[in-house]
Amino acid sequence: MTNNILEMRNITKTFPGVKALQDVSIEVQRGHIHAICGENGAGKSTLMKVLSGVYPHGTYDGDIVFENETVAFRNINDSEAAGVVIIHQELALSPYLSIAENIFLGNEQQKGGWIDWNQTNLEAGKLLARVGLKDNPITKIMDIGVGKQQLVEIAKALSKEVKLLILDEPTAALNDEDSAHLLDLMKHLKGQGITSIIISHKLNEIKAIADEVTIIRDGKMIETLDLDAGAVSEERIIKGMVGRDLESRFPDHTPHIGEELLRIENWTVHHPLDHERVVVDHANLSVRAGEIVGIAGLMGAGRTELAMSVFGRSYGHNISGKVFKRGVEIDTRTVSAAIEHGIAYATEDRKRYGLNLIDDIRRNISAAALDSLAKAGWVDANQEVVVAEKYRKSMNIKAPNVEVLTGKLSGGNQQKVVLSKWMYSNPDVLILDEPTRGIDVGAKYEIYGIINRLAEEGKGVIVISSELPELLGICDRIYTLSEGRITADVPRSEATAERVMQFMTQEREKDHV
Amino acid sequence: MSVLTKSDAPPTSRTRSALNYLAGQLRQIGLFIALIVIVAFFQIAEVLTGLGGITLRPINVSNLIVQNSYILILAIGMVMVIIAGHIDLSVGSVVAFVGAVAGVMITQWHVPWWAAIILCLVLGALVGMWQGFWIAYFKIPAFIVTLAGMLTFRGLTQITLQNEQISPFPTEFRALGSGFLPSLGFIGGQFETLTITIGVVATLLLVVQGIRQRAARRKYNVEDEPFPWFLAKLVFTAALILFVSFLLASYNGTPIVLIVLGVLVVVYSAVMARSVFGRHIYAIGGNLNAAALSGVKTQRVTFLLFVNMGVIAALAGLVFTAQLNLANPKAGDGFELDAIAAVFIGGAAVTGGIGTVTGAIIGGLIIGILNNGMSILGVGTEYQSLIKGLVLLAAVAFDVYNKRRSGGR
Repeated sequence: MTNNILEMRNITKTFPGVKALQDVSIEVQRGHIHAICGENGAGKSTLMKVLSGVYPHGTYDGDIVFENETVAFRNINDSEAAGVVIIHQELALSPYLSIAENIFLGNEQQKGGWIDWNQTNLEAGKLLARVGLKDNPITKIMDIGVGKQQLVEIAKALSKEVKLLILDEPTAALNDEDSAHLLDLMKHLKGQGITSIIISHKLNEIKAIADEVTIIRDGKMIETLDLDAGAVSEERIIKGMVGRDLESRFPDHTPHIGEELLRIENWTVHHPLDHERVVVDHANLSVRAGEIVGIAGLMGAGRTELAMSVFGRSYGHNISGKVFKRGVEIDTRTVSAAIEHGIAYATEDRKRYGLNLIDDIRRNISAAALDSLAKAGWVDANQEVVVAEKYRKSMNIKAPNVEVLTGKLSGGNQQKVVLSKWMYSNPDVLILDEPTRGIDVGAKYEIYGIINRLAEEGKGVIVISSELPELLGICDRIYTLSEGRITADVPRSEATAERVMQFMTQEREKDHV
Repeated sequence: MSVLTKSDAPPTSRTRSALNYLAGQLRQIGLFIALIVIVAFFQIAEVLTGLGGITLRPINVSNLIVQNSYILILAIGMVMVIIAGHIDLSVGSVVAFVGAVAGVMITQWHVPWWAAIILCLVLGALVGMWQGFWIAYFKIPAFIVTLAGMLTFRGLTQITLQNEQISPFPTEFRALGSGFLPSLGFIGGQFETLTITIGVVATLLLVVQGIRQRAARRKYNVEDEPFPWFLAKLVFTAALILFVSFLLASYNGTPIVLIVLGVLVVVYSAVMARSVFGRHIYAIGGNLNAAALSGVKTQRVTFLLFVNMGVIAALAGLVFTAQLNLANPKAGDGFELDAIAAVFIGGAAVTGGIGTVTGAIIGGLIIGILNNGMSILGVGTEYQSLIKGLVLLAAVAFDVYNKRRSGGR
């Protein structure tokens, strides 16, 4: 008999058109801290959702053996009853309720249908002591910091008599002090016999606390490395995370790079709600005519926040720094000012921020430059059709005419509408945030072709992407972003997956002390 | 995956594409058919119950237009507000407040009637600026701001009138609500000449505009409306206008308020369909975030939208006051709900982004005819309210069902 608390055997999970997990097996030893590593979209979170019953038994193939019994969780209640508790990246606490109320939410301390408040607060106090939190249990969640909220989540898990605790990126939103406290707590819980699975991008943290690390890449289990045995370097883990074949999935592109178009200096952005938190930290970057520049960074590194704060201050609080266009400082405080200065930003979430899904292709394409179709406030609808038709043909938008609602198009065609909209605004610099997210391979190739064409027309293109191979395949230069700071500016000739990933995971200096 | 992604799909047979087109227009057609069915129902019911066909008598048609005019005017402003994803609960109180101010100005301060009208429209703009400020720039939901407005403007009305009614108003002012265009003699001793002329000119303009638009759309190769359907629609609308103008011509002629209403419908339909301002309203209602990130000045548009609503509510208040020849502290009570119901019966989406001015007008007419017909048949007010409620629910349920069937827009 092994000492495994959990074995997941040959897990395969398919979504329409995508194999998210393919034959993944993983063994977790009792009383250990087991780390799971992988790029964005590798399938880590999917695997944990399979384990915790978010994707119920029957929607995936393979077996889950927990405490030597094959289990079939139908929902999260089943898995929690068995002692598997998952704490998600976005905390699931109710801000207006007290700590104690949150801990016992759905599991109220009751007598015959009436809540026993004394019992609730007493038990909550005991649980808080176990996670090293001294706050009064009747404090409201909104009045404590995000670090403490994370601890409340763990206390809540303890109240459910957790045997296997899963933490999804627990330190992503925490400052250094809170992170250190959390990691200490995990070691402490290990001492009490609680097994943990931690998903993290922060390799130094993993090395500090985990006993084993399993690497997942493209929905497949690559390897499990034993960290206790020592001699596993961060480079070794990175190699496992990125080591995939770079097929020729990218159209050829010969850069003709000209003058500098846009330069951003000392750009600092604070979180819109948590005003203390620095999301982008003194970033400097530039793009030249005909150049495709990538921004690489892991989830939460501040990529989108950087782009949106530049584009009309659409994100953030207390923004400082300067933006230069062809060497002249410009004002980009509103979206319309940014557009007038020739900046375009195509959002990462086309459905929520990019398109009016209940309106047609024609009116979506003209949305950012309606004034150029209008005389004295009246839109020339016929000219608008001509413009939209031009883009429908040149961008190969697959729709019978431009009166089709964008909500009925496929992801790739929606993205082409978004790109058309911004091309029609006639920008000098286009910032494309995840331009190929959620679209199929064929359409991706077309999008890369469009990006190349834009560069050949002498525009500067900034591409933000979670897919490292994509950036390596199309960019002339890649900035790496980690925790809001630009950690490197890597030219194409030096850009390898390992090197870029190393800069993407580079922590602040003091973390290494 | 929709079939639309195959652009090279073989052309379907003609009848099928026509049927598909009609299926797409179901809501619009349904609204027209509902209007006709309701009119026919009352006409027949009146004949069967021995009252004679009152609904389509010239005097009744004239009264229908005049008595519903202020709700229809409000519906025009309301549909714009609702398309942008907001709501305005204050318009009933604004109607009363403007009526009260007009009363005080004209009867106590002896302001000339035309100056009073202009000042009252300015007052409406100020009311809209007040509410628009809180909604657009202070980010308080329109529901709350206009609920507060409903109370405050009702209060201001009572203060202005010192809880008393003001009457009478000068004839010139009353003409705005209940006057008719002067008669230019009669054709065949029966039909008033000016009304017939207006009807014929309007019909001609409609036909010319329809043909021009179709020609332009064909030229740009975006026409998907089958020709028989285009023709049927044109003939039907032309016949309707001519029919109504003949009915009006055989009574008192053209109500002045009908001209006001007609101008508003034409202007605001164009604004919503073709102006940058109108398109920004649809963009905001369809996806506020996407609109903001496309450079739409969302706050300014929202502010102007409520200023516009204020002016329209003021106009409705003037028409209503002129019609009753009375400024009354209780005036306009519940008007906001009639206007909102008209907009939703007219096919606007509760979530914003969808709706038309003509839809709202037809929705308002349906409510008006239901009120009128049921009163003629002697249906009690309790049943009238019940039936109107069910009609509203059925209209919106039809929309929701339609949307789900077509896979959601």
